[in-house]
Amino acid sequence: MNRPTPSQTVGPFYGYALPFPGGEEIATGGITVHGHVYDGAGDPIPDALLEFWQADPSGSLKGAPGSLRRDPVTGRVVGRHGVDFTGFGRVPTDADGHWTLRTLVPGNGYISVCVFARGLLHHLFTRIYLRHDPFLDTLPAGRARTLLAAEERPGLYRFDIRLQGEGETVFLDFTS
Amino acid sequence: MTLTQADIDREIAELHAVAPKSGHPLRDFAPYRSSVLRHPKQPLVPVKDPEAAELTGPVFGVTDVTPLDADLTRRHVGEPLGERITVEGRILDRDGRPVRGQLVEIWQANASGRYPHQRDDHPAPLDPNFTGVGRCLTDEEGRYKFTTIKPGPYPWRNHRNAWRPAHIHFSVFGTAFTQRLVTQMYFPGDPLFPYDPVLQSVTDPAARDRLVAAYDHDLSVPEWSLGYRWDIVLDGPAATWMEEGR
Ligand SMILES: [Fe+2]
Repeated sequence: MNRPTPSQTVGPFYGYALPFPGGEEIATGGITVHGHVYDGAGDPIPDALLEFWQADPSGSLKGAPGSLRRDPVTGRVVGRHGVDFTGFGRVPTDADGHWTLRTLVPGNGYISVCVFARGLLHHLFTRIYLRHDPFLDTLPAGRARTLLAAEERPGLYRFDIRLQGEGETVFLDFTS
Repeated sequence: MTLTQADIDREIAELHAVAPKSGHPLRDFAPYRSSVLRHPKQPLVPVKDPEAAELTGPVFGVTDVTPLDADLTRRHVGEPLGERITVEGRILDRDGRPVRGQLVEIWQANASGRYPHQRDDHPAPLDPNFTGVGRCLTDEEGRYKFTTIKPGPYPWRNHRNAWRPAHIHFSVFGTAFTQRLVTQMYFPGDPLFPYDPVLQSVTDPAARDRLVAAYDHDLSVPEWSLGYRWDIVLDGPAATWMEEGR
């Protein structure tokens, strides 16, 4: 078996390289999910980068190209054309540590999240559950609520990510 | 009290003596001060579900990149300053299978060690002919290739007289979201390696070596550029049903 290449932090300067126009808009006309990312002191993290991967409303995980569609002449990112559901989103937190994602309800009930940040040497996976799921019952007592988004009003969900400390988000391991 | 390089060196040595030899960085690696409040203290929860969405992942295609994106030296009217290089290699999974048609993104400082980012206030010159962002799709053998200039080392404020070794940031997708990797490629023989808490957060020296590209004379182009080779192996499982279709 090949030995994996180690991770390294995304650092502070990815902002002009990785985010792309429309990265927060997997689809319109569906739901909005938003929240903050906090550190162990409870302070918002203004230089985190979140990636989202999810099933479409029918539950398909096939995805589609075109998340960062580019103009073949200028190379400029023109973004999604709104027809294909790519299932992929990428959102940097703003100066207040806040992020917003617009998408459709995934058929399997959750949105996968990969968290990157300056100071985080190896990314972290978590999930946004939009409704109760048996998986949440398998989690350590009292921690399942960290994966369940709160519906603030119809179609608007709140999901905060706490990297450390009080109410620390459940992070997932798929490697073993 | 000013935190000196000697303080950081001592902390690194202490952690290397006691920490398990880890192939990925320790998320809790205090010599890298920004990690202190930004790592979870609870253990990660293993997921064994064969239907997990993370065993599949985003797909990209020819609409997402243009051929020019892989040449960072031709994005402006003039030529950037610095040592022109090519970096190429293959992206493989843990079983040695090539990762085909997937997105590779890079970003880097210019030859003087400066990023065109508002928060980079290192007093080194910006280069109007160099932005330092590139992307490409891997080919049928999992190969990627970029033309760029060699980035300079740069100072940062982790401690007094802290310098990052020259590096190129890489972002790589596998066939599964579990295989996602963001990392940094270093250049062989850099004297700054032992002083850098980011690189030293990988406690296994053999794993650290896997972050260092090899100079490959056969990849150098006469009168034009120096060639470096760097292969990447993605960790994490993927759904087996995806292999056929990709
Ligand atoms: Fe950097």
